[in-house]
Amino acid sequence: MKDTEGYVTADGRQIGGQLMELKNITLKFGGVTAISDISFDIHEGEIRAIIGPNGAGKSSMLNIISGFYTPTEGELWYKGAKRPPMKPFEVARMGVARTFQNIALFEGMTVLDNVMTGRLTHMNAGIGAQALWWGKARDEEMENREKVERVIDFLEIQNIRKTPVGRLPYGLKKRVELARALAAEPSILLLDEPMAGMNVEEKEDMSRFILDVNDEFGTTICLIEHDMGVVMDLSDRVVVMDYGKKIGDGPPDEVRNNQDVIDAYLGVPH
Amino acid sequence: MTHMAEGAEGLRSVPALLHRNATVYADRPAYREKEYGIWQTWSWSEVADEVEALALGLMNLGVNEGDHIAIIGRNRPYLYWSMVAAQMAGAVPVPLYQDAVAEEMEYVLSHCGARFVIAADQEQVDKVIDVQEHLHQFEHMIYVDPRGMRKYDHRRLHEFSHVQAQGRAAYDEFIEDLKIRRERLNYDSTCVMLYTSGTTGKPKGVVLSNRNIVESAKASAEFDNLTAGEEILAYLPMAWVGDFIFSLGQAYWTGFCVNCPESAETMKTDLREIAPSYYFAPPAVFEGQLTQIMIRMEDASDFKKKMFHYFMDHAREVGPKLLEKKSVGLMDRLKYKLGELMVYGPLKNALGFSNVRVGYTAGEAIGPELFDFYRSLGINLKQLYGQTEATVFITAQPDGEVRSDTVGVPSPGVEVRIADNGEVFYRSPGVFVEYYNNPDSTADTKDAEGWVATGDAGFFDKSNGHLRIIDRIKDVGKMSDGGMFAPKYVENKLKFYPNILEVVVFGAGKDRCTAFVNIDLTAVGNWAERNNIAYASYQELAGHPEVLDTIQSHIEETNKSIAQDEMLSGCQIHRFLVLHKELDADDGELTRTKKVRRKIIGEKFADLVGALYDGSDSIYTETEVTYEDGRKGKITATLEIRDAKIAPVAASKIAAE
Repeated sequence: MKDTEGYVTADGRQIGGQLMELKNITLKFGGVTAISDISFDIHEGEIRAIIGPNGAGKSSMLNIISGFYTPTEGELWYKGAKRPPMKPFEVARMGVARTFQNIALFEGMTVLDNVMTGRLTHMNAGIGAQALWWGKARDEEMENREKVERVIDFLEIQNIRKTPVGRLPYGLKKRVELARALAAEPSILLLDEPMAGMNVEEKEDMSRFILDVNDEFGTTICLIEHDMGVVMDLSDRVVVMDYGKKIGDGPPDEVRNNQDVIDAYLGVPH
Repeated sequence: MTHMAEGAEGLRSVPALLHRNATVYADRPAYREKEYGIWQTWSWSEVADEVEALALGLMNLGVNEGDHIAIIGRNRPYLYWSMVAAQMAGAVPVPLYQDAVAEEMEYVLSHCGARFVIAADQEQVDKVIDVQEHLHQFEHMIYVDPRGMRKYDHRRLHEFSHVQAQGRAAYDEFIEDLKIRRERLNYDSTCVMLYTSGTTGKPKGVVLSNRNIVESAKASAEFDNLTAGEEILAYLPMAWVGDFIFSLGQAYWTGFCVNCPESAETMKTDLREIAPSYYFAPPAVFEGQLTQIMIRMEDASDFKKKMFHYFMDHAREVGPKLLEKKSVGLMDRLKYKLGELMVYGPLKNALGFSNVRVGYTAGEAIGPELFDFYRSLGINLKQLYGQTEATVFITAQPDGEVRSDTVGVPSPGVEVRIADNGEVFYRSPGVFVEYYNNPDSTADTKDAEGWVATGDAGFFDKSNGHLRIIDRIKDVGKMSDGGMFAPKYVENKLKFYPNILEVVVFGAGKDRCTAFVNIDLTAVGNWAERNNIAYASYQELAGHPEVLDTIQSHIEETNKSIAQDEMLSGCQIHRFLVLHKELDADDGELTRTKKVRRKIIGEKFADLVGALYDGSDSIYTETEVTYEDGRKGKITATLEIRDAKIAPVAASKIAAE
């Protein structure tokens, strides 16, 4: 499968070539096989969804991409090179950013400070210089603050810039998490259930921001989501997992009519 | 001041004022806008350069003299420049209300025949695109914020900065022509066209000349001794004459700095950071702030609460006197100083009022308590009375003569007279040229000698020569027993209660008055929270028996106060209901400036009005509502109707009978 060519989506967008390819990934925890022999790829500029019932192995798959888990078998190719086992922070430095299913922000810090942490991978002044706000540290912080401010502007959270995250409602915290991930200027943005627990209006907002991020910055997005309506509307291609296996892969319309997928969701005895 | 006196002859248009400012105040800040978390500043010379580039760009796109250019968006420097650039190129700027829905925009855009539209962002662009096929004269649209605009068809759509860049590139080609157009502007050429919000019927385009704007700006700036050092925050709708005169007319006349907030949500923070020296707000804004303070004080610790109330009581007694420079005892002065340190200073700082030298409120009557609250803090809040047709100013309160129940004395250069039926007329250099393409309405409003009918009933207070406004003349009616019916008078009294947001009183031609009430969700919601009352929606809270009890007690108190007034004692409210929805401009119930459209409400809720008069205890009703995106829905409710106690009419009147 050397599919490095791009393709054109249903709504006429040109998608680039392969950015990441996962080959025959298997992940075992002791005797439990969480993921067995799954292959799929992510193209540059596309919105790629991973769906499946609870316990299908979606989050594990995302954790493999983000470097949190090392697959038991299989290879991960990124930007045309095979990626050796890495620590998550090393993966982050290579341009992979993520949000979490359960919000993982620093509750006591302001929105601005939280989003600034997204820039950590881009900062390298010494701790002394940073403490003294002097020389390179100062220039670096100003430069990064500007990038962060652009993200804040983009996600329309200017009014809560100085508000501690702990005081924000759930929907906004999710948006702040997205802001932090975006601040890292990632090549691939991983979103683990970005709409979980949101009301309709918050979902609409979040969908719009995801589309805008993809459109404005050309960021490749890989997301896990349970809300089928959202997934089918947002994504260009969908991978369907069930019990650690891949049971479908393709554009939303194709996946929707796939009998295996229907069975998995409606429940057929295995 | 000398340069002004010398130059006054030549300063006969806004572009001419810009030219002067770019020379005299070259490096002083003209505009600031918070973007990316930092206040970005443009000096007067930079502004002159930006505006010229845009004007050249507009000519490059084919703008002719006399064209109308619609401008839609929130207060941003770019849009203010657009207005001046349009003027410079000989065109007429027409600012529109940014929250107007597409159909409202269609009416205005086609009425003025706008060939060009300058829109702030995608949201506004989309609205114009929605209706563009009905706009025969519309040709090009320019947008400021490129976000989300990449995939649009750009044949007739242009980015603001590109238009400027093309203008700069075509400098040699157009500059001579631009200079000629600029020179041709005089006192009689049109400066701006503003659509009135229209409490009745379709909006009308008020044509204001350079004379109107420059003379009004000059007279009012001198009245309050405004200088080039003032700072203002531009946050009121750009389509409103007040914003045009404060943020453009006066700013260009005196050369002060106009600050634009980052977004509507950050207004409060921005206000605090800028701390304007000259501030304007409709009563609703002051009311909202006071409600917020009071709610926050309710949640404060006992000590803070006690301190706040102790010093505020003192301030109410002494503050207004100090502001009017009347004699106050030494101990009271010292105590006030202590209060300043402990309460007033921090409070003003939190509100962004630390530096306010002159503050104005207008548009609606302001409650005496609200008014006194701000004045007692040492904020020089004054009232003015005006309208679009007068280029704002009809009357204003001079320093030291401020009262909550009058609107002041005629502004410099304005003559005011009261007709026999009580209607207020005025004549001034600010009197509008005409209603655009509407000679009948122009003739109805303005007579041959230049006197303009305000449509308001009022009288001069004999004791101090100040004007008092009672109500809209067409709303002042008679009850069936011949008594005077002035709904606004009663409504304003009720609206001074923080729990009540809006009231509509009925009673013309009837034997008694009744009312619709809208509760204030912030105030009542906070009360509900403190009393552990759960509610899921506005509707549910509005129907809560305890809320109804509270509103009833407010109405009964008001009835007592109305009973004191001989002329209006018949306007006491006999029955009322609390509406199941907030009155909303999107549903046509309010104007865009949030004024009640009495007639439309009466027709729309005819069933409810009927129930108020037929003695029933409750009524079931269905109402269509419009959501912000234009979709429609329906809400249903069963409303409880209550009787309110009527206070005995003041003794003097009974004796007289």
